[in-house]
Amino acid sequence: MTENPYQPSLATIEKIKVEVTGERAIKTFKLVFQDKEIQEKFNFVPGQCVMISLLGKGESMFAISSSPTEKDYLEVSVMKHGKNTSALHETEEGDTVGVRGPYGNHFDVEGWKNKNIVFIGGGIGMAPLRSVVNYTINAQKRNQYGNLDIIYGARTSNDLCFKDEFTELQKRDDVNVHLSIDVVEEGWEHFVGFVPSNLLKVKPPTKDTIAITCGPPIMIKFVIQNLLELGFKDEQIFTTLEMRMKCGVGICGRCNIGNLYVCKDGPVFSNAQLKNLEGDM
Amino acid sequence: MESLVISKENFPELINTIIKSYRLFAPTEEKGFSGFNIIKDYLEMDLSYLNSRMPPKAILFNQTETLFLMEPGAKGSIKSKAISNEKSAIFAIRPCDAKGFRIIDPVFLGDVIDPLYKANRDNSVLIGLSCNQPDSSCFCTSFGDSPASGKYVDILFTDIEENYLVEVMTEKGKNFVNNFGRFFTPAPPKEIEAKNAKEKEAIKLIKRNLKVEGIEEKMDKMFNHPIWEEYAKKCIGCGTCTYLCPTCHCFDVVDESTLDKGARVRTWDACMFPEYTMHTSGHNPRPARMHRLRNRFYHKYSYFPKNSDVIACTGCGRCIRYCPVNIDIIELMNRVSEMEL
Repeated sequence: MTENPYQPSLATIEKIKVEVTGERAIKTFKLVFQDKEIQEKFNFVPGQCVMISLLGKGESMFAISSSPTEKDYLEVSVMKHGKNTSALHETEEGDTVGVRGPYGNHFDVEGWKNKNIVFIGGGIGMAPLRSVVNYTINAQKRNQYGNLDIIYGARTSNDLCFKDEFTELQKRDDVNVHLSIDVVEEGWEHFVGFVPSNLLKVKPPTKDTIAITCGPPIMIKFVIQNLLELGFKDEQIFTTLEMRMKCGVGICGRCNIGNLYVCKDGPVFSNAQLKNLEGDM
Repeated sequence: MESLVISKENFPELINTIIKSYRLFAPTEEKGFSGFNIIKDYLEMDLSYLNSRMPPKAILFNQTETLFLMEPGAKGSIKSKAISNEKSAIFAIRPCDAKGFRIIDPVFLGDVIDPLYKANRDNSVLIGLSCNQPDSSCFCTSFGDSPASGKYVDILFTDIEENYLVEVMTEKGKNFVNNFGRFFTPAPPKEIEAKNAKEKEAIKLIKRNLKVEGIEEKMDKMFNHPIWEEYAKKCIGCGTCTYLCPTCHCFDVVDESTLDKGARVRTWDACMFPEYTMHTSGHNPRPARMHRLRNRFYHKYSYFPKNSDVIACTGCGRCIRYCPVNIDIIELMNRVSEMEL
C-alpha cells in the first residue's frame, strides 16, 4: 500500500511538565512513539516541526523543543490558545496522540561548529531555540561550539518557559543566561524591559557568531533591527517562522510567503533570505 | 499516435459497452448547468454543453475526502483507509480541464505523493472531446493550447459531423481503445482533415487573448501596486473562482467525529477566505481582501511558474463566467502585462 503522508503514527504522552500556569499556560509534552521501530527511525535536526493531533479534535504544527541528542523521545512545548492546544492541555500522562513529521528545514547546527551562538527568545518562542540549546550543551557536542549566550524574556516571571532548566544553566560556566521580564516585579534580580533592549545591553560580539531568534513577530522585528545595529550581518541572523498549516508537506497551499511554503521551504530563514522575500507574513 | 473513426450511429453502443467495465463519468444536465456524473446509460449524457460548471478536477481530487478513520479520543486509534483502485473513464473532458490535471500533478505527485490523487489519476482514462464551439470567455489559446488539443488526454474525440475522429494519444489510451476495437476503423485522411478544419474554425471563435509574455517578471515588480486594491474593492470574497478553477488545489483538513467513530477529512478550501490563513493567535498574514485577491493571482501567474514552470491557468474561462461581480482575469492580467513601470 502507498504510504499515506496525512496519517500520523500513534505516540504516548510519557510525561507532561507544566511550564507556565494561568491564562497563557504552557506545558511540555514528552512523546514516545508506540511502535518502537518508528521511534528508533525518527531522526530530526533542531528547528524541524511535527504535526500533533488529538484524535477527533484536530491537528496543529509545533516546533520540536527537545534535542535530537535525546533519542528515546521528542518533546513539544505548547501554549494553550486555540481548540487543539486547549484539548492537548487537557490530556493526561499515558494518553495517545498522533504525530507525523519531522517537517521543514532546520537550523544548520552542523555548519555552525566552532561558532558562538546567541539565542534570543521571547515567550513560547523559546521552544524551537531550546532544541538548539540542548543540542549544543550536550556533553558530546559542547566543545564543538564557542560561546553560548541565551537572551530570553517573557511578559512576567510566571510566563518564562523552562525556568528550572535556565536555573540549572545559570550554574554552568560554559553558558551565559540573560533573562528578562517586561515589567518590574518584586524580587526579580535580572533585566527588566523588552527582549530587544536586553540584547543591546548584553551586546554579544559579532565575530564568528550566529544569532537565532524566535518570539512574537514584533519582538523578532526589533531583535533583527538591534542585531544589525550591533554589527551582525544578514547572513548571521536566523529566525523560524510560523504559519497556519494543514498538510505539512507543501500541498494544501496556505502557508506560503511568496512562492515558498513555510512548512517545507522553512520554517528557518536567514535574514538575508527574508529581506529578499516578498509576501504576506 | 493513431487516428481512428467511429460513426455516430455506433457511438451510443460504445458508451454503453464502456459502462459495463468502467465507472464512466460524463457531462449530464444538472439543474440547468452541466456537470460530470457517473452515467449508467448513454441517454443520460448531454453533449450539448460548452463545459461543466464544476471542473472534472472534482473526480480525481474530491471536494470532500476521508484521509483515514479513527477511534477518537485520548485513548484513540487509527484505521488506514483502503484506497480504491476502481477503473474510471472520464468522457468528454475538455482539453483545458485535462490540462488542469497536468498542472496540479507536480503538487500532488511531487516530493510527497498524495496517495488518493495518485490512485484516482492512475486508474482514470481521460477521454477528451474537442470544443467545436468555444465561448466568449474561453482563452486556452493564450497559453499556446488549442480547443482541440490532445496533449493532455489519453484519447481525444472530435465531432466531425457524421463521425467522431478518435485520436489515441497515450499508451493508456491505446490499451483502452483496444478493449473496444470493434467500434473503431482507421481514419481516412479526409476525416483527419475534417478535424483540422474544425480545429481551425474553433480557434477562430476564440476572440480573447491574455498576454502571458513576460508577465511573471512584471509581477515581480508589482506586489505593492495599487491595482490589487482596485480589484479587491469589487471582490466579495465568495470563493467561487477558486472552487470552479481546474487548477486550484488548496484544502483544509478537519477531524469529524462522534463519541466512538471519527475520520480525518479533507475538504476544498480557498485562499479567498480570511480563516484560511488566520493564526490561532489572531494574527492573519492576509487580513484584507486585497491580500487574498493578490495571492490568488500571484499564485497562478507568478508562484506557480517559479515552482513548476507553468502558469496555473488553463483559460477555461469559468472564473470569468461565474464571478458574481464580473472580475475578469484577462482584463486584469492584461493590465498587468501592459503596465508601464
